[in-house]
Amino acid sequence: MSATDLSPAIKPKTAAPESRDKGGPAQPLVIVRDLQKHFPVRGGILGRTQAMVQAVDGVSFEVKKGETLGIVGESGCGKSTTARLLIGLIEKDKGEIIFDGQGLGERLSLKDLRKDVQMVFQDSYASLNPRLTIEDSVAFGAKVQGLDDPNGRARSLMARVGLDPDRFAHRYPHELSGGQRQRVNIARALAMSPRLVVLDEAVSALDKSVEAQVLNLLSDLRKEFGLTYIFISHDLNVVRYISDRILVMYLGEVVEVAPVDSIWREQAHPYTRSLFSAMPSMDPDNRTQEPPLAGDPPNPIDPPKGCRFHTRCRFASEVCKTKVPKLMGLSGNADHLAACHLHDATSGHPKAGQGVPQ
Amino acid sequence: MTKLLDIQNLTLRFKGKRTVHAINDVSLSMEQGETLALLGESGSGKSVTLKALLGLLPPKRTEIEGKIEVNGTDVLSLSGKKLQKFRGGEVSMVFQEPALALDPVYTVGHQIAESVMRHKGVSKADAMSTALDMLDRVRIPSANRRLHNYPHELSGGMRQRVMIALALACRPRLLLADEPTTALDATVQIQILLLLRELQKEFGMGVIFVTHDIGVAVEISERVAVMYAGQIVEEGTTSEIIKSAQHPYTQGLLAANLHDVERGARLNAIPGAPPSLETKPDSCSFAPRCPHVTAECRAALPPVFSPAPRRRVACVKAAPAVAAE
Repeated sequence: MSATDLSPAIKPKTAAPESRDKGGPAQPLVIVRDLQKHFPVRGGILGRTQAMVQAVDGVSFEVKKGETLGIVGESGCGKSTTARLLIGLIEKDKGEIIFDGQGLGERLSLKDLRKDVQMVFQDSYASLNPRLTIEDSVAFGAKVQGLDDPNGRARSLMARVGLDPDRFAHRYPHELSGGQRQRVNIARALAMSPRLVVLDEAVSALDKSVEAQVLNLLSDLRKEFGLTYIFISHDLNVVRYISDRILVMYLGEVVEVAPVDSIWREQAHPYTRSLFSAMPSMDPDNRTQEPPLAGDPPNPIDPPKGCRFHTRCRFASEVCKTKVPKLMGLSGNADHLAACHLHDATSGHPKAGQGVPQ
Repeated sequence: MTKLLDIQNLTLRFKGKRTVHAINDVSLSMEQGETLALLGESGSGKSVTLKALLGLLPPKRTEIEGKIEVNGTDVLSLSGKKLQKFRGGEVSMVFQEPALALDPVYTVGHQIAESVMRHKGVSKADAMSTALDMLDRVRIPSANRRLHNYPHELSGGMRQRVMIALALACRPRLLLADEPTTALDATVQIQILLLLRELQKEFGMGVIFVTHDIGVAVEISERVAVMYAGQIVEEGTTSEIIKSAQHPYTQGLLAANLHDVERGARLNAIPGAPPSLETKPDSCSFAPRCPHVTAECRAALPPVFSPAPRRRVACVKAAPAVAAE
């Protein structure tokens, strides 16, 4: 088989995606409602639960078919936990995950979900089995799911992600570079012909020049296979480049969701604004003079009451300490959602309804 | 005034089952109180350069040629007591992962005080008050209480501040920072960068800041040296590098930063991967990935052009630009 020849079995057009699309184009591919996951912290002699890490607390969002949703936030904000909940790697405490109109655990079983949702992890080495050759790794999922010709699929996908199957099929993960291993992980995710791919910091561990290659590859694959991405990263430049919409998380909650251009023009939540101004300036004559935020993010074991950001927010008032802000559309731009009392005229914040001051 | 740092023709090989030519003929100098960013990808030799500067590499497995002088002291000839005094006294280092670099069984105050006692020969009480002063200077809130904390009781940003306090406790002339902000969150990273900038001004020390992120280099340093395959391919002031990069590798790195890239546009990625360095490079190491490669590049090591004082580019293509100026 030549390097560019894809077996028809995995070509999206001939794999009859129409039959897999159950809800029609208007139905969001993923709807997440009030998703919650608390991890117990055990301790003491008896190993009793001492506290709960509120990793994900009441997260709701939608991902439309064919779009890329970028999730950004600092460590401990729950972005990776959200991703793991989405593909059923850990069990949710509360909330609903609806995939193309079918609720997970109701009409959709976990096994069926995994045919449609695949994930690429940050650590390309840890996520590959060191005892399987590249070809076996890529073919593994397809074998388990009983798809036809798993090895043929594996080889054609390896060719598609830029790894010559004749040279790489029988190598082991330790014989590859970081960029090559991440290509293997992408090929493995695509071997199941998924409709949604969750990329959890998939390019963060790569060198800059290799990162650009992988981003190009991801854009090509999205067009070719009609994929939907959820792209998690802490690098705002990368998220802006690849995403259609951006979701910002802070301490287990969604603080802002908006189309990329809209959020780049105006950050409606004070936390988002700080996150954006924490980016290095790239202008040697105009360097950052003051850090936008002091201190580290608080511990998600015991998050602050009310608005979780109020301990670090410049505009916090009494109402922020007690009342949890709701995620709602901005006036004049309903696609741009933010959870901040400053935007809610009825919140009781002294500067309510005026937006975030400069 | 003596130069703060003078590295001449440094060549470094790791021996073992296979040989790695980690650094190939690197020359670099710094004036007193300068900040220099060493920019490059993994395996380009930036961390190895720092380790060589502190004599931290295993002598049995490392072959070093060339000269390293810090404030006129020949580093490669130091050993025993003299090397101990040099490390942490004249030159000290901040590592990428503060959780690993700090000792988990001693309080942070104890660790800072220990280094002060060793180098300055003062009493424990005096050393502890120096430690307290250092924690204050790195803006740790309620430093008095934090002095008696163990590293695991501190957050990542706080630990990195302690690491910096520890490194600066004996007032080194040169601080080496090996990707100190890579493991930190964005909002914490900028705090640490600004802190380092302030402390550098306050203490007037020189800083070498190793990073793979151009944005970070811009925020922290006056000068930038770009490394590739164990060589310095371009050097200049930060604005020279950002605004008129001449080496194709530097240009590629700048493009890969995605700072001003149009959304969805195809990225101008550098193809391929860095060389493995198992043989000593005898032609331009970047040639296999370079879009402007010519037969000349593959034939011999590229000449080093110096278009301005303390500015250099190791690329054949840089020559016409010099003539035009």
